[in-house]
Amino acid sequence: MIRFLLKGILRDRSRSLFPFLIVAAGVFLTVAFFCYIKGAETDFVRYGANLSYGHVKVMTWAYQKEADQVPNDLALTGLSGLVAELRRTYPDMEWAPRITFGGLLDVPDEKGETKFQGPAAGLGVDLLTPSSREPERLELRKALVRGRLPAAHGEILLSDEMALKLKVLPGEKTTLIGTTMAGSMAMKNFTVTGTVRFGIQAMDRTALIADLADVQAALDMDDAAAQILGFFADGIYRQDPADAAVRRFNARTQDPNDDFRPVMQTLKEEAGMGYMLNAMTSMAAIIVFVYLLAMALVLWNAGLIGTLRRHGEFGLRLAIGEDKGHVYRTMIYESLMIGVLGSIVGTVLGLALSYFLQAKGIDFSGMLKNITLMMPTVLRARVTPMSYVIGFVPGILATLIGSAIAGRRIYRRQTAQLFKELET
Amino acid sequence: MMNAILFRCGLIGILFLGGPGQTAPTAQEILERADRNAVAGSRIAVSEMIIHGRRDSRSISAKSWVQGEDKSFTEYLAPAREKGIKMLKLGDQLWTYSPDTDRTISISGHMLRQSVMGSDLSYEDMMEDHSLVDLYHAEVAGEEIVLDRPCWILSLTSKGGDVAYASRKIWVDKERYVLLKEERYAKSGKLLKRLEVKSVVRIQNRWIQNSLVFKDALKTGQGTEFKIQTIEFDATIPDYIFSKASLRK
Repeated sequence: MIRFLLKGILRDRSRSLFPFLIVAAGVFLTVAFFCYIKGAETDFVRYGANLSYGHVKVMTWAYQKEADQVPNDLALTGLSGLVAELRRTYPDMEWAPRITFGGLLDVPDEKGETKFQGPAAGLGVDLLTPSSREPERLELRKALVRGRLPAAHGEILLSDEMALKLKVLPGEKTTLIGTTMAGSMAMKNFTVTGTVRFGIQAMDRTALIADLADVQAALDMDDAAAQILGFFADGIYRQDPADAAVRRFNARTQDPNDDFRPVMQTLKEEAGMGYMLNAMTSMAAIIVFVYLLAMALVLWNAGLIGTLRRHGEFGLRLAIGEDKGHVYRTMIYESLMIGVLGSIVGTVLGLALSYFLQAKGIDFSGMLKNITLMMPTVLRARVTPMSYVIGFVPGILATLIGSAIAGRRIYRRQTAQLFKELET
Repeated sequence: MMNAILFRCGLIGILFLGGPGQTAPTAQEILERADRNAVAGSRIAVSEMIIHGRRDSRSISAKSWVQGEDKSFTEYLAPAREKGIKMLKLGDQLWTYSPDTDRTISISGHMLRQSVMGSDLSYEDMMEDHSLVDLYHAEVAGEEIVLDRPCWILSLTSKGGDVAYASRKIWVDKERYVLLKEERYAKSGKLLKRLEVKSVVRIQNRWIQNSLVFKDALKTGQGTEFKIQTIEFDATIPDYIFSKASLRK
């Protein structure tokens, strides 16, 4: 019977084309949007983890309370011991101490007087240890616009925008004016070796990236760091293992009155991150639901029109003795086939677009010129195993629901009236 | 410069005695007398600043050369990290020199609001060189005993110029016209800085607050102590001291 119905669908396109197109279009949009949101979520988490938060982060309790002020006077001390302990306790994770700091970058003229000066948002990471994965996490090679990466102490990278503004070329000397851990003014000379562009507005304006040891020396933070970021070895954030690591670390015996005791938190506990991740998950579910609803309404309407148009056909089939339930069921089977066919075509098209977006992305940096939020300006889609099946939910359900509602008219037909109807 | 901080805060008093039977001075007169006591010719001083941070305390010592209200030069003597850092103030301009970088940097704009060496004092506080009477309307708000000395409490309200603090409350010794306590407020009325004199001594016929605590009310910690170790008034200071060239010497 399936073959019979399939032939009917293919040969009588006026009966199936419109529902098929609706389903295909709806599924296409569902798959494309789902992949797009997954891509945005992945980018968001990856950027957030690699640039700022890690998958987990260790800092002092006092620093955690005032983290938005970047209070390096409340930084972790005894860094080497703490890192060794973390590596011993969590051998499957990678630990990277970092220092974020603010300051001014001063560019001297030939007399050594200030020529240009601008604010800098500094980041101290391990750039020089050969085994360090920090340059890779920050995608420094990819971000490099001019010059080269630092290869020795006293060398830094600047955001390209800032370098242009301060008229600094790779190879030129600058002076960082910052604040030491004790609060004194810190001044240290650095040579700019290269400029970088991350595609993240907040970093692209004022980023200054230096080796951790240089920043420790400049800010008088001997064996100290603002934070130690922890990363899962495969680079993928997973909530449950992150929660487990945090529970274990924070259960260590510590003096609860010590404001400088180290505490750990997950990426999701970062201000705004948990909300954003939950919002993105909810958004994916909402998109699927909205398309399901919209398509069901359209297909219901299409089903009603189809039922009206096939009024005579159903009457004839009932008149020659076909059971109402059978007619209804064949209609449902037909819609199921249309749903499956439409979903397959829609999924294929949606995946094609998503794979394209995964590879190329969409650059919307032009729309974010005045936004300081740290977020990627090139959004990419991500195709996940779920992407292959997500479209079938609204595609098939919508056609089934639409036909099931519209098909109820079959049961209202009066057998006694059928021949009269056929005569007219 | 550290010593200059003490002076900018109006913390040097010249012995000034009001005669018995005199009528109580007005708020304006008290402020004028306190202002007159605050600055005196030239001076060379070695002072110590003890910064009580949230984590620990540290001490910084410096030698300052001060000429009137407009010129001051400070060289930090200890600890090792700060040794050799110099600061020059000429009028409303401030430069700092760091021997590590061999750079002279002008401190201006929002940098003026930053802490001086991690203390509770900002560069803006250091730069104050106008007498209070020029900047504030004064009225007597009461009397109180501070350091066992009877004091007038003056409430100062900005005359509307470019001032760091919209209002202040100062406690002025009734006999010596030395400022013994001060509170500085934002326009909103929020307390920003508090200053308490711990001891006053008489040197070269002048009353000097030789120990005080300055506290930034917005910061945690126990505040910053200032102590004068040696001071010489009306000393001859060569002009080259107050030049940018002397920063690199």
